[in-house]
Amino acid sequence: MGLVEDMLKGDKRALSRVITLVENNSQNCEEILSKLYPHTGNSQIIGVTGPPGSGKSTLINHLVREFVRKGYKVGVLAIDPSSEFTGGALLGDRIRMLEVSLDSNVFIRSMGTRGTLGGISRKTKEVVRVLEAFGKDKIIIETIGAGQSDIEITRTAHTVIVVLTPETGDDVQVLKAGIMEIGDIYVVNKADIGNAEFMVEEIKALIASKSSNVSKEWTAPVIKASAKKKEGIRELVEQVEKHWNYLKVSGEINKLEERRVKNEVVDTLNRKISNYLLSKLESEFGKEIFDEILKRKESPYSVVNRLIKKFLC
Amino acid sequence: MMAEKIRVLLAKPGLDGHDRGIKVVARALRDSGMEVIYLGIRNTPEQIVETAIQEDVDVIGLSILSGSHMYHFPRILQLLKERKAEDIVVIGGGIIPQEDKEKLEKMGVKAIFGPGTSTQEIIKKIKELIGNKKN
Repeated sequence: MGLVEDMLKGDKRALSRVITLVENNSQNCEEILSKLYPHTGNSQIIGVTGPPGSGKSTLINHLVREFVRKGYKVGVLAIDPSSEFTGGALLGDRIRMLEVSLDSNVFIRSMGTRGTLGGISRKTKEVVRVLEAFGKDKIIIETIGAGQSDIEITRTAHTVIVVLTPETGDDVQVLKAGIMEIGDIYVVNKADIGNAEFMVEEIKALIASKSSNVSKEWTAPVIKASAKKKEGIRELVEQVEKHWNYLKVSGEINKLEERRVKNEVVDTLNRKISNYLLSKLESEFGKEIFDEILKRKESPYSVVNRLIKKFLC
Repeated sequence: MMAEKIRVLLAKPGLDGHDRGIKVVARALRDSGMEVIYLGIRNTPEQIVETAIQEDVDVIGLSILSGSHMYHFPRILQLLKERKAEDIVVIGGGIIPQEDKEKLEKMGVKAIFGPGTSTQEIIKKIKELIGNKKN
């Protein structure tokens, strides 16, 4: 397979093709990922999440520019939702990143969620590995516009940036569980539209009260920014670097990587076992099995247990 | 389980800012199950080709209403060739006179849609061009 070799030599088109093969779950997808795996593990994975329209893409554009200026190679994965009804998607994050899209050290790829919940696509994690193997120093994942509990990003990213805006609700919203718990760095963006100070103070208070029960030495900074006016960008870049440094010095990175690898194994196991058993379901019991359940002669549990007994035990 | 999708890059090259039409097309392609990478207005040919390569699209769709089609289409075809990416299908739409349309098609633009084209026609043509291997 020449494609993987070409990609490892730095061929962008080959990289792009490999990503497609992985995303499409093509037959040689696992073979490709296995070949690339030894080359992974050296990049900082940065997750950028927050509600739709909070300015994630514009902020990323600035982040990328600053990273490139520092001499880093940067990859961006921008995730937008696929339609549950048609499978189609409109991927529009790139529009905000045109400024950096022609730099030879930058590679940006848009992905639809293709039926996965949680804010990033199932395939995102694998494509991150591909970009790692390509030698990107910094890989930025932009989640879909996240709701309150789209926290899947924490399982892949080393550094999570939560982007919020002023006027997104009162102090009770800040107290809620979910996305407000996952930030390593918080950005109150669109500070130019006003009242950012209130939001900044509320988040700071939340972090201060939380840090008492966590032994971590990292206290999440809260940055007031305006991606439009290019304010707060330098501070954000500094904090991203500082967090990366903290992870390495404290040894946290090893724990994160260990958890990530475990997740990869568990995810792959879940998917393969479940696909395997699903393929046996109909051949073993026929389509009538669902009728049996409908007639209450069987239950979903008895059917699955029979399947497991027969094929896995 | 294979899950291929037709990926289409839609963009407006040049200074023409009339984006109503391209947005209607973007929406229609999305609803037909394709993945549309929407690049908006005022793109350079270099941006368009670089994006097409990074996104590994099957089709580039250009909307030009400003009369600059005889520059932008050939330039994009040429850049694709330089990048060894001539396999990416280029189509377009806008205000394009018949004689220019013929010239462009000879150069390698695979379809040009004029005013009044139904979105169904565009979808059908794309599926025809890309083949039935996908969706």
